[in-house]
Amino acid sequence: MRLFSKDFWFQYASPKTFYPLAGKLIPWFAGAAVILTLVGLYIGFFVAPVDYQQGNSYRVMFIHVPAAWMSMLIYVVMCAYAALGLVLNTRLSDMMAAALAPTGAMFTFVTLWTGALWGRPTWGTYWVWDARLTSELILLFLYLGYMALRSAIDDPRRASRASGLLALVGVINVPIIYFSVQWWNTLHQGASVSLTSAPTMAATMFAAMIVMTFAFWAYAIAVALYRVRLIILERERHARWVVELAEQER
Amino acid sequence: MKKRHKRMILLGAGLAGVSLVATLVFQAFSSNMLFFYSPSDIKAQTVPIDRSFRLGGLVEEGSLKREDDGLTVHFVITDNAERIPVMYTGILPDLFREGQGVVARGKLGADGRFVADEVLAKHDENYMPPEVAEALAKAKKQQEGAAMGTPEEVAP
Repeated sequence: MRLFSKDFWFQYASPKTFYPLAGKLIPWFAGAAVILTLVGLYIGFFVAPVDYQQGNSYRVMFIHVPAAWMSMLIYVVMCAYAALGLVLNTRLSDMMAAALAPTGAMFTFVTLWTGALWGRPTWGTYWVWDARLTSELILLFLYLGYMALRSAIDDPRRASRASGLLALVGVINVPIIYFSVQWWNTLHQGASVSLTSAPTMAATMFAAMIVMTFAFWAYAIAVALYRVRLIILERERHARWVVELAEQER
Repeated sequence: MKKRHKRMILLGAGLAGVSLVATLVFQAFSSNMLFFYSPSDIKAQTVPIDRSFRLGGLVEEGSLKREDDGLTVHFVITDNAERIPVMYTGILPDLFREGQGVVARGKLGADGRFVADEVLAKHDENYMPPEVAEALAKAKKQQEGAAMGTPEEVAP
């Protein structure tokens, strides 16, 4: 079986083989992202009922909650790549970590921003320093710090080692964000959706949220692959295959 | 042992160490991480009385009274064990109502009344259409009625 052989998987750790594969995958994920977003927003705005207390303003959660999940998930995936890069010294895993960071930062910002817009009519304030909101803000700083540290060091190998370590130390923050509403009194409410219990919301609301989550997944994958292709070209610009590719394009 | 195994162990140990430190720090600071105190905390006197702090709980049913100026409100915050009377002058958030969770920031007066300078509504994790909420409220009423043995009297 080809799928079970080590070589089959390891060949894609080489930027040269991964570059065309990523190029082939991008349109599929981009297309899925567009379709799922349209479906999710349609269900969210036209099918899902109004909430008994908040009226229509709750609909921001169809962006807010999937974006918050993505902000945490992308960080964990980024750290997994960073750890792989540190342990195995594989260039591509470090490039993937670098490619994911801006998307993660964007989702974190969207989470904070939509949360503020929802908080004003619902809670009566844009921002409070409770454990959930503060730890999510720290996540944004971790993303920005990771990107800043990376670009501050010229030597790519040293840059990846330093920023990878920073990312790994910051991974402690992810469970803190997730469980903050259970561990401490927070203004932010607890989770409506978890793996262990039924969602505490109407079925159509839940459907819209799940579809939007998959839409964000597809978007994140498409954008990360696009970005990693650019990083590969930049980092491997002296490699023979990149030079040949550039000549073909010309 | 290969070099990459060494690195893996080193990284794992480092992460475990950082997690341990984080756990200990948050254990030590756990009381400072609370966004608000409950009425029971105040009655148990674990809260600094002379400083401004946040008080959270439910607005007790039937406790909301407005003064004639239209801005000053009196209500009781309860955690179903203890109750603290609250006075507040200002605009309340839309979600503020009896039975709803709120977080008020202010000081505890000598008379045991909490004078708030900010009131925020706390939302719970339940989202549902109005019809479902109505049906749930009805079912709850009927259940309570059945428990008292006089369902006819509580029926609307």
